[in-house]
Amino acid sequence: MPSAIEARRLDVGYGGRQTPVKVLAGLDLTVAAGSFLSILGPSGCGKSTLLRVVADLLDPLGGTISVLGATPHTVRSRRDVGFVFQDATLLPWRTVRDNVRLPLGVGQGRLTRKIEDRSAELLELMGLGGLSERLPHQLSGGQRQRVAIARALLGEPKLLLMDEPFGALDEITRDRLNDELLALWRRAGTTILFVTHSIAEAAYLGERVIVLAANPGRVVKDLDMRPFKQEGNRCKREDPAIVAAMADLRMALERAS
Amino acid sequence: MRQAPLSPQMTIALPVLGAASILLAWQYLLPLLGVPAYIVPTPTAIFGVFQKNFSLLIDNLRPTLIEALAGFVIGNLAAVLLAVLFVHSRVLQAAYFPIVLFFNTIPILALSPIIILIFGLGMTPKIVIAAVICFFPTLVNMIRGLDSASDNEHELFRVLSATRSEIFWSLRLPRALPMLFSSLRIASATAVIGAIVGEWIGSDKGLGALIIQATFNYQSDRLYAAIVLSSSLSIALFCLVVLIERRIIKY
Repeated sequence: MPSAIEARRLDVGYGGRQTPVKVLAGLDLTVAAGSFLSILGPSGCGKSTLLRVVADLLDPLGGTISVLGATPHTVRSRRDVGFVFQDATLLPWRTVRDNVRLPLGVGQGRLTRKIEDRSAELLELMGLGGLSERLPHQLSGGQRQRVAIARALLGEPKLLLMDEPFGALDEITRDRLNDELLALWRRAGTTILFVTHSIAEAAYLGERVIVLAANPGRVVKDLDMRPFKQEGNRCKREDPAIVAAMADLRMALERAS
Repeated sequence: MRQAPLSPQMTIALPVLGAASILLAWQYLLPLLGVPAYIVPTPTAIFGVFQKNFSLLIDNLRPTLIEALAGFVIGNLAAVLLAVLFVHSRVLQAAYFPIVLFFNTIPILALSPIIILIFGLGMTPKIVIAAVICFFPTLVNMIRGLDSASDNEHELFRVLSATRSEIFWSLRLPRALPMLFSSLRIASATAVIGAIVGEWIGSDKGLGALIIQATFNYQSDRLYAAIVLSSSLSIALFCLVVLIERRIIKY
């Protein structure tokens, strides 16, 4: 299977090249195309930073990174990346429909392919059909995140980066959105990098889970979840194999913290 | 303990009753207390001026209205344009914002004679004074507003490869609108103050000139009528701003 992301000895930090504070140091990571990778780690371990480097929002200090066989900049210019933030980052003056349609209105000039307006279809898919004329402040937290996901999917990205998207939601809503996200992933075949603080969420969603340690950020655990799951990354949350894997991840996370 | 909220009828009725009680006390209590009419004329005497000298009042309202409106538009427009320039060029902002800040510390009463010296005695200096007085709050608020988009919002636009102009029109400007309107509300009152101050110093027309003439002639009923009229002008301008704001900002 070709790889969606290949990072070699990746150094990322702040403060410039002279006196850098390294957030990620010597990170090696290969992510297979079409896979679902969960990224776990304590605060400050560089989980979000890694997503920002992949999305070309941050330049690495050293090492190499290739995304979908090209540089992060090329991939961003082609709009092959979708990003979902922890707070939905909806524009409060736009209706739900217009928020989802944002990628049609901006950044089109530099794009060679034409993005189709799939907003109606995506709104239906995310269960937002009746809410399309509402403003963001009229939505619940879960509905806002659904809008953010629909917006990220509008350009049919090959790679979806999700930075703790369900972190602020209650558990029931979070579980429901987890299932919806898995259904979307199975249908679209998009590669997903999913950052979370929750061990249960990481184990349930990911075909593979990596645990990062802080100061500086590096991979301390890389767990293939497929042996614990059925075909299509399906599992039950209370399955003993999944619970055992979660205990394994918890130990790694405790050592990393 | 928190008090229970008022019913909708009461929220309208109470301010009306409050104003009526003060007007009644003014009308009947002040003369009883021996306050002379040349210091505080009664509300009916002031209302009488509106009946007797209506055309005089309107003739003086017109220039003030034009000066305040023109100053409001020009001052705010200049502030918005300069704010746009400043947020797109940190160098210009660092070089010139302190000078603008210094300029703002000059009291408008000290600045007005200079403006009149430069622009003469027509309407122009009054418009300039009204514009100057509106300018600074809008500039500061607009700079803050244009810079108020969150890091995540900027990153979202960056992921979408948005151009600078797309970021301006689709993110920075809509983000700035609530702050722009709060300064426009303030400017709606200060524009009228600016026009009146300008008329004090060098004019024989306008509500400012009327206020000065009525003061020197001890026509206190006319003075109070001019005050009521200038305050009504500010309120009308304020309501216009609120009306436009409600149509534009729905969130």
